[in-house]
Amino acid sequence: MEAFAQYLIAVLNLGSIYALLALGLVVVFGLLGFLNFAHGDLMALFGYCLLFQTLWGVPFWIAVPIAIVFAGLCAVAMERIAFRPLRGHSPMTLLITSFAISGALHVIFQITISPRSKPIPIPEILSGYITFGDVFIGRAQIFTIIVAVGSLLALRYFLANSRLGVALRASAADFDVARAMGIRANRVIALAFFLSGVLAGVAALLWISQRGAVFPTLGLTPMIKALIAAIIGGLSNPKGALYGGFFLGALEATLLNVLSDDLVVFRDAAVLLILVFFLVFRPNGIIATNPEPMR
Amino acid sequence: MLKVQDLDVRYGAVAAVKGISFEVAKGELVTVIGANGAGKSTTLNAVMGLVPLSGGEISLNGKSLARVPVENRIGMGMSYSPEGRRVFKTLSVLENLKAGGSTLAKSKTEARIATVMDRFPTLRERRNQDAGTLSGGEQQMLAIARALMTDPEFLILDEPSLGLAPKIVSQVFDIIAELREAGVTILLVEQNVKKSLAVADRAYVMELGLIVKSGPAHEMSDDPDIHDSYLGAAA
Repeated sequence: MEAFAQYLIAVLNLGSIYALLALGLVVVFGLLGFLNFAHGDLMALFGYCLLFQTLWGVPFWIAVPIAIVFAGLCAVAMERIAFRPLRGHSPMTLLITSFAISGALHVIFQITISPRSKPIPIPEILSGYITFGDVFIGRAQIFTIIVAVGSLLALRYFLANSRLGVALRASAADFDVARAMGIRANRVIALAFFLSGVLAGVAALLWISQRGAVFPTLGLTPMIKALIAAIIGGLSNPKGALYGGFFLGALEATLLNVLSDDLVVFRDAAVLLILVFFLVFRPNGIIATNPEPMR
Repeated sequence: MLKVQDLDVRYGAVAAVKGISFEVAKGELVTVIGANGAGKSTTLNAVMGLVPLSGGEISLNGKSLARVPVENRIGMGMSYSPEGRRVFKTLSVLENLKAGGSTLAKSKTEARIATVMDRFPTLRERRNQDAGTLSGGEQQMLAIARALMTDPEFLILDEPSLGLAPKIVSQVFDIIAELREAGVTILLVEQNVKKSLAVADRAYVMELGLIVKSGPAHEMSDDPDIHDSYLGAAA
């Protein structure tokens, strides 16, 4: 029973971070038909913004929302500077551009800040454990689950009920027709990037609060996991990102439990094997729909 | 109302529309008929601004549309129901209508939804269903309803009867006739030549990117060439 509770917490913890990141990827993919490889670097941008604020003495809980909005604005800037001039080019061009942005950001962080890992002081309340009977649960894990579920519900509410949310979903379903209905392409694309940046910021908060440091390639590992989650879930639908995220979280937690100590090094290999399985047998993911991205 | 002059549209090296001119007067229902690949839908897409022009001029109420982006055309009183319906499948019926009314003031949207649903009662029944789960006929009704959200002066309908059961086709044409009665100017592209000539005031016939015939719809339906080419033995 305790083991199962620990396992469930691990699934929710990993899954919710992957889901948040994968959602950010899917929101942009739905409109423009490419995976923004620089998405993970928004996590580092969040981390550095948080780092500098704490160095300047801004209290942690005030610095966090500022850094989240900063990550959102960075994503919008990314679109304005790099992607908008290439609008109408093939998604492949945009994908390669996003590699370039990612590479450039890594170098900028290394030169202007530091190639090394910088510690970020995490508030006391997020460290240590809570015990329920015989079950130990990390405070940071509980925080992760609450924040992730809260963000997902807030996003869902926004997409379902606000005008902009409906406009964004309509554009993701059929961009040309949405424009013919008077929905402004630039506004919707900027909104999608802002949301993706905010989601990356929230994911970075959760990632960093369990690790306590920021470094230039911070976003790389979670970004690759999110990519796998998004592909498994289906790139064309936000629900797919959710399913993919939690599926991947469950998969990793399960492998960690069932693989013996000398086999646990093969965990990532096993995950990639399952990704290959999906690419071969179900390339559109768990949830497949046919969107009409902008041409 | 709409005036198209010497319109040229190319897809790479292929000329889809070759210098055609036509017009639609206020309150008129004009149909463009022709076989698959004649350039009918391309012409409509050019009027909506969804494909770039290689040459020619399109104007609405005397104003050139050359510099008006797609997003702004709906604000000039135009509206559009695309070929293949293209409802937003992952959105509910209600959300499709909201998206159709994105240019309306928030306070007006609810009232327009109610008006449009009065015309299409099935949509009211199915308002919370995803549009992708509707039947073909219902999706077509939704596509027209979505285009009516802004209460347009000028409605563009691209193949509204395509792929629908005969009974539903008749319903769609009844709705088109009603809209015309209500004073909406309509440009209708159709493959169902017989039905569209029956509701239209005037017609243009397109072949391989050119307009080869034009005239009052009732004269066209008596034209022996049209009979042979498009109406066949069924007429």
